[in-house]
Amino acid sequence: MSIPIITGAMRPPDATGRFGRFGGRYLPEALMPAAKAVEAAFREAWADAAFTAEYRRLLATYVGRPTPLTECARLSEVLGVRVLLKREDLAHTGSHKINNVLGQALLAQRMGKRKLIAETGAGQHGVATATAAALLGLACTVYMGRTDVRRQELNVFRMELLGAEVVPVTSANGTGTLKEATNGALRAWVNETGTAHYCVGSTMGPHPYPWMVREFQRVIGDEARAQCADRLPTAVPDVVVACVGGGSNAAGTFAGFVDTPARLVGVEAAGGSAVDKGKPGVLHGFMSHFLQDDDSQVLEAHSISAGLDYPGVGPEHVHLDSIGRAHYTSVTDEQAMRALKLITKTEGILPALESAHALAWVVDAAATGELSAGSTVLVTLSGRGDKDIHQIREHLR
Amino acid sequence: MSTAVATLEHHLRAARADGRRLLIPYVMAGVVPDWLDLVRGAAEAGADAIEIGLPFSDPMLDGPTVQRAAALATGRGERPRPLLDSLAGLDVGVPLVVMTYANVALTLTPERGVGGFVDHLAAVGVRGAIVPDLPLEESAEYLARASEAGVAAVLLAAPACDDERCREIARASSGFVYCMSSMRITGERADLATTARETARRLKAVTDLPVVTGFGISTVAHAVEACADADGVVVGSAFMRMLVDGAPVAEVVDAVAAFRRALSSGGG
Repeated sequence: MSIPIITGAMRPPDATGRFGRFGGRYLPEALMPAAKAVEAAFREAWADAAFTAEYRRLLATYVGRPTPLTECARLSEVLGVRVLLKREDLAHTGSHKINNVLGQALLAQRMGKRKLIAETGAGQHGVATATAAALLGLACTVYMGRTDVRRQELNVFRMELLGAEVVPVTSANGTGTLKEATNGALRAWVNETGTAHYCVGSTMGPHPYPWMVREFQRVIGDEARAQCADRLPTAVPDVVVACVGGGSNAAGTFAGFVDTPARLVGVEAAGGSAVDKGKPGVLHGFMSHFLQDDDSQVLEAHSISAGLDYPGVGPEHVHLDSIGRAHYTSVTDEQAMRALKLITKTEGILPALESAHALAWVVDAAATGELSAGSTVLVTLSGRGDKDIHQIREHLR
Repeated sequence: MSTAVATLEHHLRAARADGRRLLIPYVMAGVVPDWLDLVRGAAEAGADAIEIGLPFSDPMLDGPTVQRAAALATGRGERPRPLLDSLAGLDVGVPLVVMTYANVALTLTPERGVGGFVDHLAAVGVRGAIVPDLPLEESAEYLARASEAGVAAVLLAAPACDDERCREIARASSGFVYCMSSMRITGERADLATTARETARRLKAVTDLPVVTGFGISTVAHAVEACADADGVVVGSAFMRMLVDGAPVAEVVDAVAAFRRALSSGGG
């Protein structure tokens, strides 16, 4: 079946690294040469068949791709809509983060860098980065907010076991979460541009990161598109849903469906809903929407899901929202937790708290009729929930 | 303008022509209740201009001391706009230069962007601006609006800049060129970075604008050493550390005076 091209959205950004008004490269001069070098190296590598072949080889033999598309028979019966899951929870290290990290680690190696620097919130990106560093023999330092270091003890241990150094970031006025961790990683990058590659964990940061990370994650959408074509009589689902923190699993998923008639829905945490409640501004090297007060101070996001605890959102998502190609909404901690319990009991799949937000929207939209009965919904299950067990238990007590 | 001070560039060039090595202390606005006394005191102690920091929640180029200073200010309820307004009518006899981050510059007047920011600076008598996360590529509108408002847009150059980049930055900068001493965030250190003098020399080779070195100028000895090549220094964390550790403003003014004496005695 032929699929009409209905939009040219999700092309590469313009020469200044912008998607519409958003993106760019708002960096101190000390980091400009490093960011430009990353851009040049990525452009060259992404056009080099040898590089992409090595990347695909690792995705297949190390990550375990393609990840399956799972039909949720029992959940579909409960909701009255047909639900398919793209199973990033089955990727090595337990989430989609590894797709991006392996791409950037190969790039770092190609650039002659000996070390990876990363920021992490819950620890998933930190664990993925430490994993890639171990695989390729690179040093690794992960910056993590002091509060998160406390909350995610096991992930800290895991990163250390993988050979990474975990640096707790304290700031005088921050709460010690992902925003502070990113400040810490950027400051470290200023000090170590010569030897280290900053491995940004989502579709955020200065150009070329939002674009590059989307490209390394588009394997999610490309695979799902082909799997849907095999499985569905209509070839594409009616709706494609993913959770959005910085927005990398959503960007990768949407990239595979942006030129189809599928409706694209991004689901943020209610306490970190930057697309809707954020205001235009600049943080961490890019222009986007950020939660901030009337005095230009960036606020902390609040979510039960550490992976969605970021006050901003990738610039391309704000652009997709502004041109109407994707729709962004949010769900509360409670809604996410209810959806998590439902899918665990009906399908035997424990999703990450982040991914539970995407499922919560489906549950809600099926109930309100926003999703018409019998429609087909693809949900990217960005990660597995094992990391969240402790927090889920605390919440349900 | 309310103040009798000439433009930033004119003022600094005149001082340099008199054989002075330029001293620009940094003061985080609102860090202590009597921070304006420090601005006045620093001017009397021989500063050639004063850099006023506006607090931002996420100062990515600042080390622990300036981060603490910003947190002290915001913790006391101080906010960028009222802090700026408190500069109106303050004539300390030397130009004031405001330093802050792009988010503050772009959202101070959300509907007017950087134009609103530089107009506000001009309205309160501020002569220059430093926005370190607005690099050349993101600065076209900022440079144009600043020029129209009569506010000098001071650009930073770093050791990582090649000579061509130094030339472009110097050409677009006004007031002076801010020379980052090293590839490090702000903060005190034991030694002046080896890159400090070399970067200043490379900048001096491509511009006639005053070249002022900052980041890590922690002692009078560093200041004197840096001025072997640069036209002057910015000193921030060394003074701010005293304040955040509880020293009275008068003591910090004395420290500014000590830097002035060392720079004026022609060798330390």
